[in-house]
Amino acid sequence: MQQFLESFLPAGPLVVFVFSIIPLMIILVYALFAIWLERKVAGHMQDRLGPMRTGGWHGWAQTIADLVKMIQKEDIVPAKADRFLFKMAPFIAFAASYAAFVAIPFSSGYIGSMIDVGVFYIVAITSLLSVSIIMAGWASNNKWSLLGAMRTAAQTVSYEIPTVVTILSVIIVTGTLNLMEITELQSGNTFLGFLPGWLIFHSPFMVIAFVLFFIATLAEAHRVPFDLPESESELVGGYQTEYSGMRWGLFMLTEYADMLLLSLLGAALFFGGWNSPFGSYLDGPLWGAFWMLLKGMILVFVMMWLRWTLPRLRVDQLMNLCWKYLIPLSFVNLVLIALWEMIF
Amino acid sequence: MTNVKEKGPEVTLTPPRDTGKGLKTQEMVINMGPQHPSTHGVLRMELTLDGEIVTNAIPHIGYLHRCFEKHSEAMNDYAKVIPYVDRMDYVAAMNNELGYAIAMERLMDIRVNDRVEYIRIIMSELQRIASHLLAIGTFGLDIGAFTPFLYCFIEREKVLDIFEKASGARLLYNYIWIGGLMNDVPADFKSDTAEFVKSFRPKIKELNDLLSMNKIFIDRTANIGVLPEKVAINYGVSGPSLRGSGVHWDLRRDDPYSIYDRFDFDVIVGKGEMGTLGDCWDRYIVRVREMEESLKIIEQALDQMPEEGDVHEAVPKKIRPPAGEIYCRTETPRGELGYYIISDKSTSPFRVKARAPSFVNLSVLPAISIGAMVADMVAIIGSIDIVLGEVDR
Repeated sequence: MQQFLESFLPAGPLVVFVFSIIPLMIILVYALFAIWLERKVAGHMQDRLGPMRTGGWHGWAQTIADLVKMIQKEDIVPAKADRFLFKMAPFIAFAASYAAFVAIPFSSGYIGSMIDVGVFYIVAITSLLSVSIIMAGWASNNKWSLLGAMRTAAQTVSYEIPTVVTILSVIIVTGTLNLMEITELQSGNTFLGFLPGWLIFHSPFMVIAFVLFFIATLAEAHRVPFDLPESESELVGGYQTEYSGMRWGLFMLTEYADMLLLSLLGAALFFGGWNSPFGSYLDGPLWGAFWMLLKGMILVFVMMWLRWTLPRLRVDQLMNLCWKYLIPLSFVNLVLIALWEMIF
Repeated sequence: MTNVKEKGPEVTLTPPRDTGKGLKTQEMVINMGPQHPSTHGVLRMELTLDGEIVTNAIPHIGYLHRCFEKHSEAMNDYAKVIPYVDRMDYVAAMNNELGYAIAMERLMDIRVNDRVEYIRIIMSELQRIASHLLAIGTFGLDIGAFTPFLYCFIEREKVLDIFEKASGARLLYNYIWIGGLMNDVPADFKSDTAEFVKSFRPKIKELNDLLSMNKIFIDRTANIGVLPEKVAINYGVSGPSLRGSGVHWDLRRDDPYSIYDRFDFDVIVGKGEMGTLGDCWDRYIVRVREMEESLKIIEQALDQMPEEGDVHEAVPKKIRPPAGEIYCRTETPRGELGYYIISDKSTSPFRVKARAPSFVNLSVLPAISIGAMVADMVAIIGSIDIVLGEVDR
């Protein structure tokens, strides 16, 4: 990819700039699509149609129209808010999830940066999100925002543990933290002759690891049934209560970007990333990008599906689930995977 | 006139507590409402929070007060009160009208014919289903389940369509008149209603699968907001909220009005299946099962309904009841709705007092919510199913 860019652009900062802007483009286009998709999924699950008018075909331009509306909105900062932190928070939130995309291998030909500790980097940089949410909640000078922010802090910190432990069980099998190498390891060889060489088929414990990982990432992305930070029926809007216009839009964008990030991470760790499900058939850098995004979008769709099906947990039940079930289970699973690796 | 004391009960906070690390902690007062998405209208709860635990809860009402009593007294006709009655409990307007009509008929000693009685029963039971659907749907919404809410609304639409065909209105009908009905039901009323009854039974099962028996939903509602039998009776709670606590009390059976004594139906009570008797889940499931009982009543009424009968037969030309007073109570979807009407022999009422079930049920809120979490508060308010239009009148 880099060579391809250098073939028609002068080497230097411009190439780096173009190279690093690609994930942003992917996020923006994806967010426009995903918010529309969420509405359609919600609509069809609830026996209605969802947006149908804007733009003609099935309301495809609804998100764009909303975006235009959001940009036009009055820029409101509450009088007693901490203006600097209040304005900073959404940018930090988005910057954190954007920065994490750099270590995601979108295809065999494109990864933002070949970081040897890619997984570790993603886990570390996404933690910044909770900082920005606490900033938003505290700076708003609103009690509901504060409650939402405190919940988020507790939730994100707790659920990082099972996420990291399940990722660790993948690392035990692959022996590398570089996501590109993890993905490459999953290509080629097949299990039982017909299953692709994805890590989820590696052992039964890997399936458990994926389920635990998915539950934990749902909580990390603040999706139902773990959407307590912004639970609108309890906390009005949680940390977003005082935000409006494009600042609120950035939080929204962050939420969707986080969904994609964690889904892509799940796809890369367990579902072979950019590898084609048909062995070498339909393989290659461009098809790779397609497969990677498709796998990510399927996981995103599952997240949407859950959102429109399940009620919400209470804050203490959320903590119970994490500390009493997910963390012990993920540790036991880690040991079992290690044993499996030792024996086979 | 003496000075009106505007402030309600004072909120007392515990003094700041020293944690021993140079930091102090204190309880926080937070206003839940009147613009909160889950207070079902304009209820304001003044919550004292210790972290997320509610240590005190004071409901403040009056944001939707519309002077129902004064309006009624100012009307020059008893019939003109009916639209105001509609607007009290606006999600169960038929039941409100029925209560008022029955009270006036008892005061004036009017007997209506059987066709009117049966249409009234069918209408009020359909309205009970519509009202319970709204209560169940919004309760699910409070817990965070969005989809059951819309499923409930789809079914409620069908009931409203039946009402619209009969009365022309979808929410506030002015359909049940003193001594009769506004007009007879349309020709396809019977088939429409029978079709709805048939199509609605499977939907209750669907709702149970999706929401009632959902593990997260049960976790969120069982053992929450436990309302013991004694407390419920002492506070005068009525309706599904009372029956959720295991009290067999339903005015349709225990103090039959209209022709309810002709029907065979069960009084549903909570049994504490998922947790303690009288918790949010019990109050919720009572509503779900009551819808099935309402379907039973509607089916029987449709079978027995006479084809002949003038709905205007007993409607008085001039409503001028004899001097006197009456208290008449009926069972609305929210509980015991009583009308106390004083007549001074003129054409306008001297006094119309409504004993609104939502208002009485709301008073129990502080007693059952202390020690709950903020998220539970939402569940508790949803489970006692208040309509602020009726609380404030």
